[in-house]
Amino acid sequence: MATIIRMEAVNKVYDLGSVRVEALKDITFFIEEGEHVAIMGPSGSGKTTLLNLLGCLDRPTSGRYFIENTEVSTLSDDALSAIRGRRLGFIFQAYNLIPQLTVVENIGIPLFYQGEAERTIREKSAEMARLVGLGDRLSHRPTQLSGGQQQRVAIARALVNNPAVILADEPTGNLDSTTGREIMNLLVELNHQGKTLIIVTHDASIAQYAHRILRMLDARLYEN
Amino acid sequence: MKIDLQHLVRIVRYGFKNIWLHRLRSALTILGIVFGVASVIAMLAIGEGASYEAREKIKELGSTNIILRSLKPPDETASQQTSYLGVFGLTPTDLWQIRTIPSVEKVVPTWEIKEQAWHFEKSFSVRLVGTTPDYFPAMNLHLALGRTFDQVDLQESKNVMVIGATVATVLFPAQIPIGQQVKVRGCYFTVIGVAAEKSLTGRSESAGFEDTGSDVYIPFSTRRLFFGEYEVNRQGGRITERNWVRYHRFVVRVGSMEQVSATAALIQQLLKTTHKRQDYDIMVPLELLRQAEHTKRIFNIVLGSIAAISLVVGGIGIMNIMLATVTERTREIGIRRALGARRRDILQQFVSEAVILSSSGGLIGVCLGVIIPKIVTRLAGMTTLITPWSVLISFSISVGVGMVFGIYPARQAASLDPIQALRYE
Ligand SMILES: Nc1ncnc2c1ncn2[C@@H]1O[C@H](COP(=O)(O)OP(=O)(O)OP(=O)(O)O)[C@@H](O)[C@H]1O
Ligand SMILES: [Mg+2]
Repeated sequence: MATIIRMEAVNKVYDLGSVRVEALKDITFFIEEGEHVAIMGPSGSGKTTLLNLLGCLDRPTSGRYFIENTEVSTLSDDALSAIRGRRLGFIFQAYNLIPQLTVVENIGIPLFYQGEAERTIREKSAEMARLVGLGDRLSHRPTQLSGGQQQRVAIARALVNNPAVILADEPTGNLDSTTGREIMNLLVELNHQGKTLIIVTHDASIAQYAHRILRMLDARLYEN
Repeated sequence: MKIDLQHLVRIVRYGFKNIWLHRLRSALTILGIVFGVASVIAMLAIGEGASYEAREKIKELGSTNIILRSLKPPDETASQQTSYLGVFGLTPTDLWQIRTIPSVEKVVPTWEIKEQAWHFEKSFSVRLVGTTPDYFPAMNLHLALGRTFDQVDLQESKNVMVIGATVATVLFPAQIPIGQQVKVRGCYFTVIGVAAEKSLTGRSESAGFEDTGSDVYIPFSTRRLFFGEYEVNRQGGRITERNWVRYHRFVVRVGSMEQVSATAALIQQLLKTTHKRQDYDIMVPLELLRQAEHTKRIFNIVLGSIAAISLVVGGIGIMNIMLATVTERTREIGIRRALGARRRDILQQFVSEAVILSSSGGLIGVCLGVIIPKIVTRLAGMTTLITPWSVLISFSISVGVGMVFGIYPARQAASLDPIQALRYE
């Protein structure tokens, strides 16, 4: 299997003037295509920071990061946007849906920024909504949905552009255990279909689904 | 290209959605632009209408005419005694001298008095004008009925009369005036013609432009025969003023418009040497026209400045609200960035929202600006003239204002760090 993600000696330092916060120290690891990886660790250990780097939302202070053999650290802001829009799907703990938009419109956002035609966007978004079991809620607003349903919308949105990697930061953190399990089943199903899945979680029962668990402690990454 | 258009349509649609979400706030925001645009169009329409009216009036006097009027010299007005006889004004010498100027085509003299005109019991206060047949073409005066008096009437001092439109309607409400008798100061005249109503017998009577509707015209020779050259004013039976005036007005017709100013200067010089007192004045409609145009230009500049100020104020309002919007929607910006939006996409979104705001304001302003002059015309009877370019320009400026004042907030939005934006509560 091909390596899809590779980090070499990555450091991330937040320079706050008076103090320097070393959020990531000397991170080196790789992830294969189609893998399901869980990242665990105590609060403040740097999980979200790492996921942001993986998601091309930020650049490392030093070190190199490759995604599909492209070195991200040197790319322009527009190129990073393009990678996020085409190759990555994000799922957040807080769902992060746009309240003014309906379910289909929310799902269609990534396609919109790839310049897809209106028709295509609508059709693909509706299809994704059906896939996550929300075919009958297309024109609902996020506020009219339960937490689990909102997270399903977020998953559909992460999938709509057919990404290579799905990044999820505590996707079940705001959900009860039953709903959390449903969401996890959905994600695992996607992983079985070939999507690389990286999940940050506190929850060992969530982490047990993964092929591999990476642990973070004091800004360092350990693998067991 | 086709997809780009769709993209734009979607951005605009989403912009409308957000604006609609904050209806009241958006409405208050665009008020500045609405009033700015509306006032510019309305004021321009009123100004344009007024100057159009003035121009028409001046044209009515003839752009190739120079009009000389006899004037009671200012220093003699004070020494008014019953025995005093005022002798002033334009003289036969003036007439003869002006006629020798090569650029002068014609000089039409008039002699005028205010009198009461009678037809049986009906009477009307008129201005009786004794003149020559040339007066009618020179003053651009057309007849609605009958004929003007001719050279023969003049030579034979016939008691014939052409009456103004208002005179005709007052004295002959239910009759054809032609052939009827009109009595002025005990003398009878036969009506041979009725002057046509001028297109603009405006209510806004600028200085020097009288309503010609209440004029009556008789041959110059006839009036000399019947009324002499003395002008006697009475007040309650007592004579207050006696004047001897040879001519009240000369309408000097010049060959072409280019010669008007030079000829006017020449006449002025001539009169200065022959008249010791300032007992005449000279009016050049063409110069008045130029003055009117100059005034209009100044008016437009003042108006433009007011418009600019109000639009800038409106623009600042929009900028203010857009900055608030950007702060409110920081999280949305973060989400969009995470899902692949480039800085430029965010910039586009917020600029187009600002432009939608300002151009909606502009559109409402245009509607108001078109309606207001109509109301003014209805209520105040003023002529108003909405020029297409004023609508076009003020609307485009309102669009431009949205762009200019939307750029800064939109740049703020676009430069947000995606992670910070996502974390924003
Ligand atoms: N923008 C920032 N500026 C300064 N320091 C930051 C910033 N973002 C994160 N940090 C610091 O980096 C460290 C790691 O933070 P991070 O959010 O990655 O933790 P986490 O492992 O995701 O914790 P949690 O499980 O609570 O979400 C923390 O000490 C945090 O204070
Ligand atoms: Mg975290």
